[in-house]
Amino acid sequence: MTMTPTATQPPPSPVSASPIRGRANRRGDRIFSGLSMAAGILVLAIMAGIGLFLLVKAVPALRVNTANFLTSSVWLPDNTPSRFGIAALAFGTVMSSLIAMVLAVPVGYGIALALAHYAAKRIAVILAFIVDLLAAVPSIIFGLWGLAWLMPRTFGLFAWLNDHLGWIPIFRNDLGVYTRCLALAGIVLAIMILPTVSAISREVFVQVPPAHIEASLALGATRWEMVRMAVIPFSKPGMISAAMLGLGRALGETIAVALVLSATFNINWHLTEPGGNSFAANIALKFNEAGPTGQGALIAAGLVLFVLTLAVNIVARLFIARRAAFSGAN
Amino acid sequence: MALSTAGPTSSLHQTLTGGKLPGWAPWVCAAGSVLAAVALIAVLPVNGRAQTIILAVLLFVGSQTAWSFAVEGRRHAVDRLVTTLIYSAGVIALVPLVAILATVIIKGLKVFSGYFLLHSMRNVSPLHPGGGVYHAIIGTLEVVGIAAIIGIPIGALVAIYLVEYGAGKRLAYWVTFFVDVMTGIPSIVAGLFVYTGLILTLGWQRTGFTGALSLTILMIPVMVRSTEEMLKLVPNELRESAYALGVPKYKTILRVVVPTALSGIITGAMLAVARITGETAPLLLTMFISASINFSPFTDPQATLPTFIWDQIARGTPASLDRAWAAALTLILIVVLLNLMARLLGRVYRVK
Amino acid sequence: MAKRIDVSDLDIYYGDFKAVEGVSLSVEPRSITAFIGPSGCGKSTVLRTLNRMHEVLPGARAEGKVLLDGEDIYASDVDPVNVRRTIGMVFQKPNPFPTMSIYDNVVAGLKLQGRRKKSDLDDIVEKSLRGANLWEEVKDRLPRPGSGLSGGQQQRLCIARAIAVEPAVLLMDEPCSALDPISTLAIEDLMQELKADYTIVVVTHNMQQAARVSDHTGFFNIAATGKPGKLIEMDQTEKIFSNPSEKATEDYITGRFG
Repeated sequence: MTMTPTATQPPPSPVSASPIRGRANRRGDRIFSGLSMAAGILVLAIMAGIGLFLLVKAVPALRVNTANFLTSSVWLPDNTPSRFGIAALAFGTVMSSLIAMVLAVPVGYGIALALAHYAAKRIAVILAFIVDLLAAVPSIIFGLWGLAWLMPRTFGLFAWLNDHLGWIPIFRNDLGVYTRCLALAGIVLAIMILPTVSAISREVFVQVPPAHIEASLALGATRWEMVRMAVIPFSKPGMISAAMLGLGRALGETIAVALVLSATFNINWHLTEPGGNSFAANIALKFNEAGPTGQGALIAAGLVLFVLTLAVNIVARLFIARRAAFSGAN
Repeated sequence: MALSTAGPTSSLHQTLTGGKLPGWAPWVCAAGSVLAAVALIAVLPVNGRAQTIILAVLLFVGSQTAWSFAVEGRRHAVDRLVTTLIYSAGVIALVPLVAILATVIIKGLKVFSGYFLLHSMRNVSPLHPGGGVYHAIIGTLEVVGIAAIIGIPIGALVAIYLVEYGAGKRLAYWVTFFVDVMTGIPSIVAGLFVYTGLILTLGWQRTGFTGALSLTILMIPVMVRSTEEMLKLVPNELRESAYALGVPKYKTILRVVVPTALSGIITGAMLAVARITGETAPLLLTMFISASINFSPFTDPQATLPTFIWDQIARGTPASLDRAWAAALTLILIVVLLNLMARLLGRVYRVK
Repeated sequence: MAKRIDVSDLDIYYGDFKAVEGVSLSVEPRSITAFIGPSGCGKSTVLRTLNRMHEVLPGARAEGKVLLDGEDIYASDVDPVNVRRTIGMVFQKPNPFPTMSIYDNVVAGLKLQGRRKKSDLDDIVEKSLRGANLWEEVKDRLPRPGSGLSGGQQQRLCIARAIAVEPAVLLMDEPCSALDPISTLAIEDLMQELKADYTIVVVTHNMQQAARVSDHTGFFNIAATGKPGKLIEMDQTEKIFSNPSEKATEDYITGRFG
């Protein structure tokens, strides 16, 4: 699935249709082109619709909210008085996504480089296959596996981090318990966004014009020097875009996080202590037991998530668009 | 033909030649590091399998780089180091995949059986073993099927618009931009949209159909992108020859362009279907989960495999967890099969 | 600095396919040697074996001897990376690094070799750009990107980049094909100046260019598609173009094929 636009010539249009069937053909053309254009407009309508409906349905709950929506961590929308705020959700979402990025982006770049410039054909096919399979695993299975297999195996690592790097707040753990924490969620998210980061970086890496690669090799560069001189500078916008798209996916991931976290509503910088919550996970967990105001509050949180992922995705696309224009001019 | 003084000590010779690590050097480093790591672990107060592996890896990288530095010089040592790091990235991707597949298979096989696949959870209490996913499989097939019936044509039409009609137009620019953005919509937001739009505003019931609609939203951008790619691969000459014969544009698209790209489009459709088969979150909001078989997606609750798994995990009893794993095995089999079929198809029938 | 090249019995393979067979030739220092011949005859392939650039393609290998001032560049203890430091190459399509400034482009090869001292680099940049007849045009724009120049200027920048490392030999693979006639003449004049300090081998499909510019010419030909290319005749340029020994050469020169 490519995201980078390729410059191709637009297909031609028919010069003249046979005069005998002319009217029927023109009608058919109009219907069909209208239909396809309607489909295109439908896409825009859906995007606008999401924003609109979420906003409209969130407003009643926001109006009865007595707590500060942005800075409060409490989540009791169905109480009287209703109090709810997204601070803890935002914290958990951002923290777990950042961890995911820190882990997945370098590995993703490495895999992309391996596929584009390092691996022999046969190994590249196998590696690409592995990454594709990883991308195909449904998120609920990631959640199950994260709990059952990964979590126990992180205790040793988290304990070690606490022992040796515990003076840094995010590594500190005062409870001696390491289950269902934001750090675990971050690790699971990292594995989930790895295919995204590597696929998009790979696309830009293979688009480097061979002329520049030859130029650096002819100067006597080793393979890494060639990558550093010719591939990476050319690919920087695409690499940033890949990281941001990975971030976008991590921000919106719902089920794996919902299963892995134990959904508490507090801001705890000790990321290996149990607890934490994210926008998406909270909605999935609380929606069916929520009253009308509760649902409204969740819809409001969903709106924030929508805007956040929208912004990240748009910025990421703009990076690639600039690259396309640049290489087109070249 | 005068030759200048050449010889092993001439400066040209020095410039051209360089030390080279023998081909077996990495293997020797690897073996040595493993042995050294095992030995060190036995002696040091640290122990554990993970620690041994990490130590072996560090020793390997260190010894190979140092050896290369001594024999081949700084530039080649750095080059080797980077190559090693890049290959290790590949290994890092392999570990979770193998772990996931192994775990799902091992834990899933406990309850997985023909009985499991052919019976529902009707009258089966969460505390007791027994029951199966038949209702969930039916639900998955129907919900995903409806989503596909709606999503594939819409996605294909949008792609046709972008490629055949919209080149250079402003509307097409915005459509393509937002299709890209739409690929990043969180699945739960798609569920919220259907919920707020159809269920709250229009008062629809929560049924398999509403669930399917939320999946359609997730499916459309994927479908558009892959179809668009395939349509772009169709050479313009094909279109031009049809026009030259007096075939109108819409017939050219339907009878010439699309059939040429068809296998690629089908591949893209299968991949999109595989993706939504595994979706849970939007369905949690737009469908109620049922324990019984329900063949009608337009009335009453249904279950799908992902929501079944979610439900079983929520119950928490050992019997339920066993069922969850078996259902996970079922789900992963379906998804992986779809993916493999799609990619094989794509490989075999490429647009020439 | 300028060195000679002696090739003996060079065979070039892509996988199992023999692309070029039995090439033996000599390139005199401080001279310009041209390789001419019809498309696909292997002249570019042979050129690339002179700095081991063919090895970039997987499955490509060369057998035989290529001696640079008596040193076999295919000896087992020779590092291809070092060969390419010593033998420079300019390509058909000008390819300055787009994200680097003009200054950085020129010193790219030097930086690879670890030369960092600013004052040294400044001197070399000026010297190389002067050597490429580009200094006057870009001396006020050194920090600007290399891609902002015209085609002819970009190619001269690539030449400056190649000579900045003071190579023994300069290989040029159809350096003027992508340029307009005025730029082509500028490059040809430049080549005449450069031959005082460097050994130059140029592949060209333009016979008139070979006649104008080179001291020696080698004519390559291919018997039929699927057969390996061969060196048919190599001699002083004057002789090749006025009184060639081989009939195939004469046919090519007079335009009967190619």
